[in-house]
Amino acid sequence: MSLLSNAAVLLGKELRTEFRSRELLTTTVVFILMVVVLFSFTFDTSSAESKRFAPGLLWLAFLFAASLMLQPCFLREQNNDTLSALRLSVSDPFAIFLAKLAANTLFLLLTELLMLPVFSILFNVPAGPVVAPLILVFFLGSLGISVAGTALSAISAQARMRELMLPILLLPLLTPVLIASAEATAALLDPAHAFRKDWVGFLAIFDVVFLTAMWLFGEYLLEE
Amino acid sequence: MAKRAIWGALVVLLVIAAAYASFFVAPTENSMGEIQRIFYLHAASGWAGMTAFFVCFVANIFYVLGRKQKWDWIGVSAAEVGLAFTTVLLITGPIWAHPVWGIWWTWDARLTSTFILWMLYIAYLLLRGMLEEPDRRALLSAVFGIFAFIDVPLVFGAIRWWRTQHPQPVIMGGPGSGLEPTMRKVFFFSVLAMHALMVLLLSERYRLEKTRDEFLEVQREAEAG
Repeated sequence: MSLLSNAAVLLGKELRTEFRSRELLTTTVVFILMVVVLFSFTFDTSSAESKRFAPGLLWLAFLFAASLMLQPCFLREQNNDTLSALRLSVSDPFAIFLAKLAANTLFLLLTELLMLPVFSILFNVPAGPVVAPLILVFFLGSLGISVAGTALSAISAQARMRELMLPILLLPLLTPVLIASAEATAALLDPAHAFRKDWVGFLAIFDVVFLTAMWLFGEYLLEE
Repeated sequence: MAKRAIWGALVVLLVIAAAYASFFVAPTENSMGEIQRIFYLHAASGWAGMTAFFVCFVANIFYVLGRKQKWDWIGVSAAEVGLAFTTVLLITGPIWAHPVWGIWWTWDARLTSTFILWMLYIAYLLLRGMLEEPDRRALLSAVFGIFAFIDVPLVFGAIRWWRTQHPQPVIMGGPGSGLEPTMRKVFFFSVLAMHALMVLLLSERYRLEKTRDEFLEVQREAEAG
């Protein structure tokens, strides 16, 4: 039980740090908005084409945003020399990862939910009737991005060119998440509003596989 | 030294024999003609590349658990050699595809997943270049290598599943499926030759890494003394 209570305390710390400044959330929302607007120049937005492309582009924007948003996750600890203190404060280093990935999932989900109405208006895709299943897809997708992203940001924080290294490590690894989330979102936003159990299940499998990998190997990333 | 030279010469002979077999022993394919002979190099390199990536994955796990330097050396050697074979796979693919399919590249499931796999290992090698301290480099890249390899079945699954729901411009039969007996023999001989070449390159690359480490050791001692 100490793992979860440790993680809960650390999650509180992550949330407090962020909500004091809201730096990460504001910049990420602006970034996603910018990418979505820029995408609108690359194809014909009035046609049925845009309905087919839009969900994929939305997830691409989320992915790019995440690869930037996840940067400070471990870098901040490293710059403030708080990583060893963090390690000493918990009995299981997995608690650190658990707290950070919960915080990242939450931040990502929050920005995505803020973007959903904007996206829905801009690309003229009504999302109202499918909000609940969409949130599930957003949650599972964000969890997948955060699990892999938190582990990799612990790696990239220790490398040179870290701002470029995180996207390079993360984006190919997240191809399955991009495909599954975009397909599930596209099916939900389609006039038929189909809930694709297969893709949602696939996202859940991805999350479980990478959570397990992180539980097994995550602690090695925090060694001094 | 002599053992290495003999072993190297044997592998070169084996590769020449495989090339000879694919040009002169294997029958000409009916519909595709001579160009189909590239299959023996193409598919065999693909298999050898996958084996090398698997060796890299195993070495990564052993390194993380045991922290013996040699596993790090095997890991980086296998990743580089695997990348070389996968590059051959990705180059010979379009050469074969253009005359047969009429296009150099198609975003078919197998091609796309191989491309992603290739990029994952490029990322692995790039990461190694960006980490200064040797122990840290070995450990962090090993963990990334494990993550990357775990991701491979998910990438293949997702892309295959997604692409097969859309109409495919081309359908590629699996290697070995319905292969003519002589072709089959030549193919497996090529697979053997490419694996021998892979092992040779891997062991030479391993020696290089080991020698480099010994050199740095001597240099450090000289500076300290």
